Order: sequence, then structure tokens, then C-alpha cells
Amino acid sequence: MAILGAINPMLSVGLDGDNAWRLADYVKRDGYSALRRILESGIGQGDVINEVKKSVLRGRGGAGFPTGLKWSFMPRSFPGDKYVVCNSDEGEPGTFKDRDILRYNPHAVIEGMAIAAFAMGAARGYNYIHGEVWEIYERFEEALDEARAAGFLGRNILGSGFDFDLFAHHGYGAYICGEETALLESIEGKKGQPRFKPPFPASFGLYGKPTTINNTETFASVPYIINMGGERYLESGKPNNGGTKLFSVSGHVNRPGNYEVPLGTPFATLLEMAGGMRGGRQLKGCIPGGSSAPVVPGPTMMDCTMDYDSISKAGSMLGSGAVIVMDETTCMVKALERLSYFYYEESCGQCTPCREGTSWLYKVVHRIEHGKGRADDLDLLGSVTTNIMGRTICALGDAASMPVQSFIKHFRDEFAYHIENRKCLVPVDVQRAGSGFFTATA
Amino acid sequence: MLTPESLKRIDREIAKYPADQKQSAVMAALAIAQEEQGWLSSEAIECVAGYLGMAPIAAYEVATFYNMYDLQPVGKYKLSVCTNLPCMLTGGVDAGEYLKQKLGIGFNETTPDGLITLKESECMGACGDAPVMIVNNRRMCSWMNPEQIDKLLAELK
Amino acid sequence: MEIEIDGKIAQVPDGSTIMDAAQQVGVYIPHFCYHKKLSIAANCRMCLVQVEKAPKPLPACATPVTNGMKVFTHSELAIKAQKGVMEFLLINHPLDCPICDQGGECQLQDLAVGYGGGASRFQEDKRVVFHKDVGPLISMQEMARCIHCTRCVRFGQEIAGVMELGMASRNMHSEITTFVGRSVDSELSGNMIDLCPVGALTSRPFRYSARSWELARRRSISPHDSVGANLTLQVKNNVVMRVLPRDNEEVNECWISDKERFSYEALNSPARLGRPMIRVDGVLREVAWNVALDYASHALRDVVSRSGGESVAALASPQATLEELHLLQKLTRGLGSGSIDFRPRRRDFSADGKLAGIPWLGLRLSEIQDLDAALVVGSFLRKDHPLFAQRLRQLSKKWGKVSLLSVTGDDQLLRLHAQRTVSPAELPLALAAVVKAAALLRGEPVPAGLENVEPCGVSQVIASSLVEGDKRAIFLGNVAEQSPQATLLHSLANELARLTGASCGFIGDGANSVGGHLAKAFPTALNAYDMFAQPRKAYFLLGVEPELDCHNPQQAVAALQAADLVVMLTPFADGSAREYADVLLPISPFSETSGSYVNCEGRVQSFSGVVRPFGDARPAWKVLRVLGNLLSLAGFDQNSSEQVRDEIIAAGTEFVSGLDNRLAALPLALSGSSSGLQRVADVPIHFADLLARRAPALQQTRDAAAPTARMSGQTLNALGLTDGVLVRVTQGAGEAVLAAKVDETTPPACVRVAAAHVSTAALGDMFGAINVERA
Repeated sequence: MAILGAINPMLSVGLDGDNAWRLADYVKRDGYSALRRILESGIGQGDVINEVKKSVLRGRGGAGFPTGLKWSFMPRSFPGDKYVVCNSDEGEPGTFKDRDILRYNPHAVIEGMAIAAFAMGAARGYNYIHGEVWEIYERFEEALDEARAAGFLGRNILGSGFDFDLFAHHGYGAYICGEETALLESIEGKKGQPRFKPPFPASFGLYGKPTTINNTETFASVPYIINMGGERYLESGKPNNGGTKLFSVSGHVNRPGNYEVPLGTPFATLLEMAGGMRGGRQLKGCIPGGSSAPVVPGPTMMDCTMDYDSISKAGSMLGSGAVIVMDETTCMVKALERLSYFYYEESCGQCTPCREGTSWLYKVVHRIEHGKGRADDLDLLGSVTTNIMGRTICALGDAASMPVQSFIKHFRDEFAYHIENRKCLVPVDVQRAGSGFFTATA
Repeated sequence: MLTPESLKRIDREIAKYPADQKQSAVMAALAIAQEEQGWLSSEAIECVAGYLGMAPIAAYEVATFYNMYDLQPVGKYKLSVCTNLPCMLTGGVDAGEYLKQKLGIGFNETTPDGLITLKESECMGACGDAPVMIVNNRRMCSWMNPEQIDKLLAELK
Repeated sequence: MEIEIDGKIAQVPDGSTIMDAAQQVGVYIPHFCYHKKLSIAANCRMCLVQVEKAPKPLPACATPVTNGMKVFTHSELAIKAQKGVMEFLLINHPLDCPICDQGGECQLQDLAVGYGGGASRFQEDKRVVFHKDVGPLISMQEMARCIHCTRCVRFGQEIAGVMELGMASRNMHSEITTFVGRSVDSELSGNMIDLCPVGALTSRPFRYSARSWELARRRSISPHDSVGANLTLQVKNNVVMRVLPRDNEEVNECWISDKERFSYEALNSPARLGRPMIRVDGVLREVAWNVALDYASHALRDVVSRSGGESVAALASPQATLEELHLLQKLTRGLGSGSIDFRPRRRDFSADGKLAGIPWLGLRLSEIQDLDAALVVGSFLRKDHPLFAQRLRQLSKKWGKVSLLSVTGDDQLLRLHAQRTVSPAELPLALAAVVKAAALLRGEPVPAGLENVEPCGVSQVIASSLVEGDKRAIFLGNVAEQSPQATLLHSLANELARLTGASCGFIGDGANSVGGHLAKAFPTALNAYDMFAQPRKAYFLLGVEPELDCHNPQQAVAALQAADLVVMLTPFADGSAREYADVLLPISPFSETSGSYVNCEGRVQSFSGVVRPFGDARPAWKVLRVLGNLLSLAGFDQNSSEQVRDEIIAAGTEFVSGLDNRLAALPLALSGSSSGLQRVADVPIHFADLLARRAPALQQTRDAAAPTARMSGQTLNALGLTDGVLVRVTQGAGEAVLAAKVDETTPPACVRVAAAHVSTAALGDMFGAINVERA
């Protein structure tokens, strides 16, 4: 089974069995009925968008932007080509939900994209899939073939006169392509360097044409919204936080994996579903929304519910729903060093504050971790992050800064200890035991 | 310099995009070239660029930007080990160390017999399966504890 | 739209950016990546400013103005952001301005004074970036200085039309480079040096030869082509050290070609002629000016008295100034000869005397950007006229349909609407096909003589592009002017213009191709070709090297060697001049004299000398004036070049009058196709004039590679040759041994053999039959 646990699930219903991803299985699960209903009953483009608006579906990629509103930005009367693009470039550390959606329920994404294309009058779409999950990319290509053969894609879909063609495009190792305009550049066959906005993709997107980009999970949710109605979808979550959400739980838990729960589910419940803390240890800190989200200290986290608003109140972001759980064996300096290395490595190199700033941050944290910290390093890190944040072309600069700021804010004593004593507060053998690498069995 | 089979595969990629946007197929074409030749030589990059009607430097920009392309020869098997935070918490770094010790090489090095190249890699989007590693950019291996790694190494000949 | 910037109100059109508005009201916003001619990258972030109601600082270069917007460029928020960016730019930049070639003219250095800190907080290791060798013109020896603004990359993509530099890799390891070890070969490449805001891309010939503050900046005009680019010549110790573009939006915008930028090296060449010389007992000897002038005037008078005025002929370069050309024609006519010309590469002069006015471009250069369509006939375009081609490139990127009808399929690096490549002999027929297609489209009678012409598909595409839209133009290039069927091509182009409503004109093959007409330096007796075909007793040469500059160098050199007297006014003492010249008079190139050029659009551009003449060299107008006096001719009493100019055009004239491309009606007599091999002769960009030929750095470029015999694979096979073999190329008595080279851009049954090069100087006409066999 793909999704390890669920409460009131939608996306993860009926995904048992090796063939769950196949078209036949999807159709058995009522698949493509939403698209069929729209095309056969004469539901208008505006009606579809309204239904999505009513659901208060918020973008599942990390930013949480209302999907219906985004769709309404597309120029309805634009005479030329328009595109819908799915962002399956899932590379934010901690996030691995889209991989499972594509692995077990790819037709939900295809159907969702077809509905979106219908609503916005686009005739062509692309799904940009993270290069590292190659088997998923190949499976998606196969699912596309199935959908084309069955007449759910291509010309004159279901005899309605609606044309929509969908293709898969793979990444090849660049986190930044998860940023939507970098992703568009990448589809255009260039380096994945984010564009300055405005203009926004809705007016100047792929090949300069109006384009809407949504996350895999967002598109996958659309058929369910159409089938159950926007209002019922909203009710299954929390006000302003419609629907269920997939949470990717990783780190020091007994059963890391994906869990589909309604937004608003207590964190404690989610942690329990994931088998609780490994070895019964204490929760030291948790990154609740993917590596770019600020870290939240364990006790605070235990009081949160898993929705955009509650996590925001705790000083972090729900982001992509990637919950990285760290227990007391974690050295927070080492954890930050690894994250800082990631942002330094993945900075596209285009704009000055990010290109230069991320490398500076990493070099300083690296020095601290390796026993060469200086007394004023923590203030320096704070100052450098301030000079990066809000001054870059895309959000990577902020994403690189927030972990630095939050780790130092919440675990300042541990950093200070490291600088002063030139070693970890958590003994190295304790850290090593915490990873469980040498004690794990297959 | 690419085989007709590879060019045919590239043609299929080109067909995914509007007729005047051949350049869109460059990432796939470079991946196909690398799959055929094991790595991306300057000649291979130039060949792809020419085939797609791009400036060679534009294709080179792409080849050097995305880190799954290898611009230097690698071993028969390239093992990319994720050491990013979620993997690290559950043994990704340890797995890297274990491999280094077993193979007697460091990251970005190749075993003397040319069999295995070891790479440290960034998040592969499979943190629930941590520690994870990828063989030759294609096959993902999950939950890689010492026993699993030994099994994999025995298999890679 | 109204916007307030630092309290100043600006009215700007919709779509303007904050940067545009700031420039309008004179507020300076610091920046590196922004450049008015390039696309917006917004990557340096130096131009962050505060915008009312915006929570974060915004880049002025990329943020569109909204009505009522309030911008603060010096608020605490803005300054803090700008200082933050400056710190990031400097952490990896070497802080060794005193040893950097860019020091003193570095935007990073300048802005660091205002926005940089006193000490660095960055205590880590700096980035190391390897140097690159990208050819003889641009130095990329110090790439650690690069701040990744990507101006150079965007210039290549957007202005030069060819992406040669890119930014490879990512994150802080991003680096500007060519594709693995390649050189930068664009004929506009030097502009990247100007665009680079730091010392990463510098001029290789100039590097470390002077400090910017030691250089005096003097205004000048390019002598290299008919655009007349505005130049700044930088001078130290009476030596021209560097040439830079001077902004003139209507002429060269802010660009110059590499030929214009790097030819200055020839001004300081060891080949400069420093003293007059006369041939005594078969040997050239240095003499004083008065001796040389006496000798020349007596010898000239002797020839005239013995053989008559018409036994003297004068030939000038189209690079000569208006004043020089005027005095030369006066002198020649004063001696009783009508054999004067300034068009040495021309073959067909049958239009002379039938022109309604002075041939010119047919419109202003600045009007090109508004054209809906343009047709260029017979041109190597970007290698003949780099900046003119650049304007067409920009036009083709917007909406303009640019078509090319020429004799090779060279890549013009612009988006051509239609292109047809034919042999030189078929060029009139190809143009006639467009004329006929236009007549049919317009429902007009088919012009007489074109009844049997069959317009092909491409001709129809070109014709229809020329009948649509408001403004269209036809441009005749160097090949069309040099063709033995030049007048026919001119007539056909006029006919096409009449039928389509397009303008018609000549791009012009020299800096003074319009000015020469104005100065009346054209023949009333023998023209530039016939004066050698019918050898004269005496020749007077001004700034011209007949073995490289004439349509038929073989014929020209033979006539010169047989002549009794050859008087040569030249800045250089090398070359085959030493074999045939009897008097060598050292004259000043454009940097050492005052004078005027009239560019292709009829714009008068006067300039002054920027350095003292080399050795005993003198401005040619003065030499001619004194010769006129010594020959007791009337009208040689001017005291300045300005006085000379005022004899030709009224003082203060910006654009000359009398420009008119119409031609008395001539029959459109299309000849049948020729048989056998035909020569296609280009004038390679860096061999095109005296200065470029002697500029060492230019001579090391790919564009200056030795000529080969280029032909299509099919032609090569038909001749039983293979790629790379040595072949003997013959025309008449002359031959050249060259390597054969496959070049599919050459039309069938044609061999492309460059003119203007010593290796091909023994050959005959630039057009017509040529023989090729294995050497």
C-alpha cells in the first residue's frame, strides 16, 4: 500500500494492489467520471473554476495559493496557445508525496489536468517530473499512453470537441526547477533560472504564453472536488483549509511515509499514525513544511494542528506538508550545516544575494560545525540572512535563510556551545546511534 | 556520433513540443546521449546542440546546470547517495561512509576497476524510504542498511 | 502614468520601468546588469529601491511603473538593500583594484566607494575562477572579477545574434565561458568589453598599456564603412591607445564593430611611412618634402606636356575624406584629365551620367527600425556592414520581414523572412523574378524585358513582403555595386521600388561612398576600371592599394608597372607599392587629419585630428593643396580643411541635398546564364581597408583566416577534387594556389575566392570565369 495511513482519505482510497495505477483500476474507482460529466453535461468553464474556488483548495506545492483564484487569472479570451503545467519536480528535502501520487494514482493527475485545461481553454500541458524518480517518469509516460488510447487525451476528447494533449518532461537534478518559472525555463530547454515577476505565468508563461502551474497533489485533488462538490470538499478540512492533505513524515519516526489526513488534524495524531518517535525518544524539533520552513521546537510542535493557519502561528509554514522529525540525538548544528549546503549547492547562481549569500551561510555554518566557529558568527549569520531575504528573484534566498534564522533562534545555546567547545553538544556516538543505520534490518 | 536508436528516441522527445521549440528536448536528448555513451563528452553535447539547432554553449549551460549529467567519465555504475537532512537523520551519511569504506574510494571517485563511481547527492524526493541511493540515474534503491548495500554491491558486476 | 521618484514627478508611458522614469528625471540608481539595449535580467539586484506600500525593496530595472507610484531610491530601506548587495558582490571579488586593468573605469569600483564597507566581514576563502582564452581580441584572464551580470551573454544572444558566451554551471560556481575552449568570433565581440562593468572582459591588445586616467578622449568618425560610426579615440603621449564607441543613437547607437575598435593598432604600425620617397635609379630613397613635391609636380607636368592631360589618371579610396576627394578631382581636372574615380572595386559604370542625383541609402539609418519589410540584394551583409546588419537583426526580431538575395548563403545571424542564393551572373535574373512577382501581385503590366522571367516561390514571398505594410526598403549591397551588371541591378531595384512603393538605395562600400559623388570625384573620362584597362602614362593614387583594392588587381598592377610615373599618397610604406611607385608621399590617416565623411544616409560628419602626424606625414588635403600650388592650378588657396569643405557644402549642413537613386530609363536586358565556373569574391572584413590589414590582433581572428577556394561538395566532385587539396586558381595570366574547401553556402558551379588578400592579388576580375585545377 502506498499511503501508510489515512483519515477520511480521497486520493489514497483503493490504491491496494499492483495495478492500482492502471487506467482500468482508476476507472473502477470512478476515475475520469468527473471529466466525463463536465464534457458530457455541458458544464461551463466558469462553473468548473467556481467549484474549485468553493472548495478552497490551496496549492499543495508549498505556497498554499488558492487554486480557483489562480485559474481565474488565465486570460479567457486569449487567442493563441495556453498551457497547463504540473509541477512534479518534488525535491524539497522531506517531501515525497507526489512520487506516491504518480506511482499509485497517476490518472488522477491526468484527469485533474484535463479538467483544468478545459476550464482555462488550454490545449496542451506538460507534467514536469523530478529526474531522480525515473521509474515514476516512465510509469507516467505509460499512463499517458493509456489515457490517449482510451480517448481521455488527444483530439476531440469523449466526442466533446475539446482537445488536450499532455506530455511528460523530466528534470535532471536541479531543485530550483520546483520554482514555477524556473520550471518553465527548464521545459524551454534552458537552465532552470527563475524569472523575475511580473510578468506572471498567467500572462507570460511557457513559450511566452499564458500558463497555469499547479502541484501534482493539487491537480490530483480536482477530480474529487468535481465529484463531491466544492463545498463538501471544504467541509472535509477546516475553514480556509479545504480538503485532505498528504503529509510526508520522515526522520526519527517508526513508520516514515505518506499519510493522508484532513487539514487541521493534530500533529500528535499524525505522529502517532507514523508509529511515534523512534526508540521512544523525545521530539527535539520538527520542520513541518519541508526544509525551507522554519524549524519548530518539539514542545511547540506537539500543540499544533496540521493546517496552514496553525503552523503559521507557530512561526513556520505548512509548505508542502513535509514533516521532518528530529529527536534528541540530532545535532542541530550538523542538521543546519546539511541544509545550508543544500541551498548553497542548489542556488541557481543567477542573482547576487542568493549566489553569494548561500555560499557564505554554508561556509560559516560549516566552520562552526567543524570546530572553527567564532564568537560573532551567529550575529554574522543573522545579518547575512537579513541581506538575502526579500532581495532575490525567487524564494530560494528566503528558503535558505529561514532554516538558519530559526535554528539559531530556537537552538542558540547549542550553537554557542559548539562555537565555544568546538564540538557537538550531542555526543557523536549518540548521533550515530540515532540514525539507526547499523542496527536497522531489512 | 549518436546511434540511430538514440536519435530516434530524441525525435520522440522533440515531438512532445511545438514545432518551433525543439530546444525543449535538450534535457531529454542529453540524458539519452549520456545513457548511450556513459557520460557527456563535448562532442556529444555539440552533437545534441546541432541536432536541436541550438548554440553549443546553450546546450553546455544546460549540461553543466543539472547535476545528473556527467561531464567526466564515470564507472560502469554510478551510485548516488542522498545525504540530505531526512536521509541523514536515518543513516544517509552513514551509508555514504559505509560505501566509501567498502569500495575504498571517496565521493566523486571511481573504483580502480572502473566499476563503481560514488557520488553524494541531493534530495531525491523519496525521504520516506531513507536512506536512498540511485544506480545510474535510473534505479532507486530504498531503505539501504548495511545488509541491503552489501546485496546491491554483490549484484553490480 | 505619473510617478514620484525621490520627490520628483515623472510622466512616463505605460510599460515603463522605475529605471526608465528615474533616468527621465535625472535620478541615478546604481546598477550593473541593467543596460538600455539589452533585455532585463534583474540579477545583480544593485538597483533595489523602496516603493511605497511594497513590503520588500524592488529592482528598479524590472519593476513596471504604476500610476501614482512613489519611489525612494535613497531611503534607509533602499540604501540598506543596496549596501547589502554590494557586500555580496565584493565578498568573492578580488580587492586589488590597483593591479586591475579596469581600475579607474570600473563600475564596481565606482559604486563600491559609495556603497561598500570599509572592511570585509567575509573571512572565508574566495572563489577561484580559471582564465579562458577566447581569441586575440577579448581577454578573459581574470574571470574571478566577474560579477555574473550576464551582459556579455545577453549581448551575444540579442545584439550579435550568436550565443558564444554563456554562464555555465550553477550556484557560486557559475562562470562565464565559451563552449570548451572556443574563441569568440562575432564581428561585434569587442562591445562585450565595454559592456562588462568590471575587469573580467578586457581588451587584449590594450590591456595594461595605459591607465584610463592617463588617456585623453577625442571625438572621431569611423573611416571603415558607410555607417560612419561615432568614435572616441583615446590618446596617450600622442599615440592612439584605444578606440571606443561614442553614443549616437541615430548612427551607431552605442556599438562599433571589431574592425572599428581594433584597427587603431595599424596607426602605430612599424609599416607607417614617415618620410617622402622618390625613385632614383630604380631605388626608392627618402627625401625632404620640398624635393618630393617638386619632383612630383615636375614629373606630372612633364607627362601632361608630352602625352596630354588624359594620359594622367587618379584613383582614390572611398575612405578618403570629402576634402581630399574634392582637391584630388580639382587637381586631376586641372591637369586636363577627366580620369578620376573613387570606386576602385566597381566594374560597371554605365549608370554614370544617367543618375538623377547622388546614390544613397534611400532612407535614414534610424528609420530601419520602423520598416515592415526589407530586401537586401547582393551583400555579405554582416561582414560588409556589421552595424547596418545589426539594425536589420533587431528589425527581424521585432516584426520586420528581412529578405536576402545574394551570392552566398552565409549565416547572417538574423531571422530571414526569405533567402535566395544564386551565382553572381544570375543575380539580375533573381531580382527580375521578384520584380515580375511584384508586378503580378500589384496587377501592373510586366516591365518590358521580363516577359520570360518565371517568379519562383521565394521570389513571390519576397515580393509580397514588399507590397505589404507601410514602410519597406530595398538595399543594394557591395556585390550589387561591384557586379558587372550593377546598372541592370540598379534599374531592376528601382523598378521593384516603383511597383511596391518601397524605398531603394545603396548601402555603400566605403566611408565616403556618398561623399565621393558630392566631391565630384567621379570620371568624365576613364573610370576606375578603364583607367587600367587602357593604361595611362601617369597615375596618382590616394590611400588606395590597387593590388588589393581594385576590381581587377592583375590589370591594375600591370598598368602601374608599365606607367612612367606613379605618385602615391599613402600612410604606409610596405606592400607592393614599393615595386611600382615612383613617388611615395606620407599622409595622415583619419586620426591625424581633419576632414569629413558623408555616410550612406547623407549625414555629414566632420572630425579633427586627435594626434600629431606620424613622422613627416601630412594631412592629404594639405599635400594636395601644395601640389596644386606647385602646378600653378587655380583654386588651391584654402587654409583649412573647413574651407575646403565649405566649397562643397554649406557650413552647418547636417544632411546633404541632391540625394536621389533614380536612373534614366534603361532597357532591362537580361543576359542568358553563363557557363563554366564563376568566381564569387568577397572582401573579407579584416582585409577590407589599409588599416584593418595592418592591425595585428584583427589579423589573428578567425575572420582573417587565409582565403581558400570554397565550393559546394557537388562542384568539388565535378572538378575531381577533394576537401583540403591544394588547387591552382587562374584568371587570365594570374594564378593563386589555395586549399580547396567544401562550403555548401556557395552556389553551384561557383568558386568563392576572396579578393583583397595578397594570396589572390594576382587574379583578375572579382566576377566572371575562373579556372580551378589540382595544383
